[in-house]
Amino acid sequence: MTLALQQDGTATRKAKRSNLSSARLRAAWLFLAPMMIALAAVAGWPLLRTIWLGFTDANLTDLSQSQFIGFENYLSYYDGEAYGVLVDAEWWNAVWNTLWFSVISVGFETLFGLLIALILNAEFKGRGLVRAAVLIPWAIPTIVSAKMWGWMLHDQFGVINEILLGVGILSEPIAWTADPSTAMWAVIMVDVWKTTPFMALLTLAALQMLPGDIYEAARVDGINPIRVFFKVTLPLIRPAIIVAVIFRSLDALRVFDLIYVLTSSSTSTMSMSVYARQQLVDFQEVGYGSAAATLLFIVIALLTTITVLAGGLKSGEGEQS
Amino acid sequence: MNRQMKSILFYTLVIVVVIFSVFPFYYAIVTSFRSGQELFNPSVFPTSFTMGNYFSIFKEQPFGLNILNSVIVATSVVVLSLIIAVTASYALARIHFRGRGLLLMTILSVSMFPQVAILSGMYELIRSMGLYNSLPGLIIPNTVLTLPFTVWVLTTFMKELPKELEEAAVVDGASPLTIVRRIFLPLMWPAMVTTGLLAFIGAWNEFLFALTFTLSNEVRTVPVAIALMSGATEYELPWGNIMAASVLVTVPIVVLVLVFQRKIVAGLTAGAVKG
Repeated sequence: MTLALQQDGTATRKAKRSNLSSARLRAAWLFLAPMMIALAAVAGWPLLRTIWLGFTDANLTDLSQSQFIGFENYLSYYDGEAYGVLVDAEWWNAVWNTLWFSVISVGFETLFGLLIALILNAEFKGRGLVRAAVLIPWAIPTIVSAKMWGWMLHDQFGVINEILLGVGILSEPIAWTADPSTAMWAVIMVDVWKTTPFMALLTLAALQMLPGDIYEAARVDGINPIRVFFKVTLPLIRPAIIVAVIFRSLDALRVFDLIYVLTSSSTSTMSMSVYARQQLVDFQEVGYGSAAATLLFIVIALLTTITVLAGGLKSGEGEQS
Repeated sequence: MNRQMKSILFYTLVIVVVIFSVFPFYYAIVTSFRSGQELFNPSVFPTSFTMGNYFSIFKEQPFGLNILNSVIVATSVVVLSLIIAVTASYALARIHFRGRGLLLMTILSVSMFPQVAILSGMYELIRSMGLYNSLPGLIIPNTVLTLPFTVWVLTTFMKELPKELEEAAVVDGASPLTIVRRIFLPLMWPAMVTTGLLAFIGAWNEFLFALTFTLSNEVRTVPVAIALMSGATEYELPWGNIMAASVLVTVPIVVLVLVFQRKIVAGLTAGAVKG
């Protein structure tokens, strides 16, 4: 009898629970609806339209007058000659530029970020001031930093040429942003200057979460600090650094504003985004430009999926151990 | 290497880092006070102090209007994103439902995808709504930048709040909307300020959409106005004006960032590391 009652009690409680959770589930979808509708409208729909336009001969002057032309924007043959984004040397040049820019600048940013994080993690007088100073480049809008550096790197009146000539490193002024051999390095330098604070902050956050007793033990045992850094610190902050590197790399692969403002449309620095926009807007070839934009999207989507999957596997392993 | 040598080396490194970080902004300020012939003088130190550039950006260009445009666009887009994001992030952080992981990954991917990939589709959309070359035509595409970011960061913050907070309310039969309004909203204010600030900076700096979807100088936002700024005449160097405009719009942001330093670091790490 008592048992039956008890069972009854659990049953109603369970029913109540599931009622409650189904109400919560309904609320969840209701809560998510505005966001999902907004994202579908401003991201999903334009993305689908871009992909579709990539298969048409659309022109900027009148988008409605476009015709489906299949893969012709990507690759087509006329009289035995190949046309399309996939055989355009300028596109491949842009791909190469983007990859080169991403690898080199993210590499330097990680390295300098780590260095600055280590400095900021040490205790010294004026640390707060140094931290504030280091944050400044991050706070400056990309366009503004591109203009500031563009002026400093000016071939005739730039302060950088002035200093380097004064010290005797240069014998004649260099047109940093115009000369094809230095333009990409100028872009990379500005990006490193602007984004190292981001890497430093993320690395610093990881450093500050490390337990202090390990270091105490290492110090008592008289282990060389450099050895401690490579054997203890680096392995412990590696996951945080990897996440930061992934975020930065995905960001670097879509670089547009810095390159557009610092070196305009010079082929020596043109990134995939700059290439796609040039086709779309300057040449008014919406179909062709959309095809290029779609290719860029595919590249980044693939890389994102790979990293997300790899990250998912990693955290799965972590949970097991 | 003795202790003294070490600390000298350390401080040298610190000084190099500080100079490298601060110098470009310092030099922009110095340049902004030079006008006319003075601009040809590439001295590192302040050589003149004239406010001419600061007046001329408002006289020769509609820079006041550009600032107003940027404020309107960035504020609207942030407020809009925060309103939509609060309930969404509650659902994502607090309610277990099927497909939650997938949804979170989708949101993260949207914040990572290249803006140029939606440029032509967005252009078509803006054109068809008759919003080309108007402020609403900038607010709509900017949501792509701020909304996924806001949802993601607020979800991370919301996940960290203790479970007990809402358990009592759930048992008492409070509706999810009441729970969000009465329990989470009061607690989320600091996180919302941080997230809103970061989203604001993002929207304030947005360039690609603002460049592509506007035509006239009066509708342009600050970054586009600065990027396309020219001198009073063809033969005059526009650098004095550009630097004055740059300094003017950067100082408030730098101050804001320095004041909210700790909060911003928390927001950035919530956006990236803990993801």
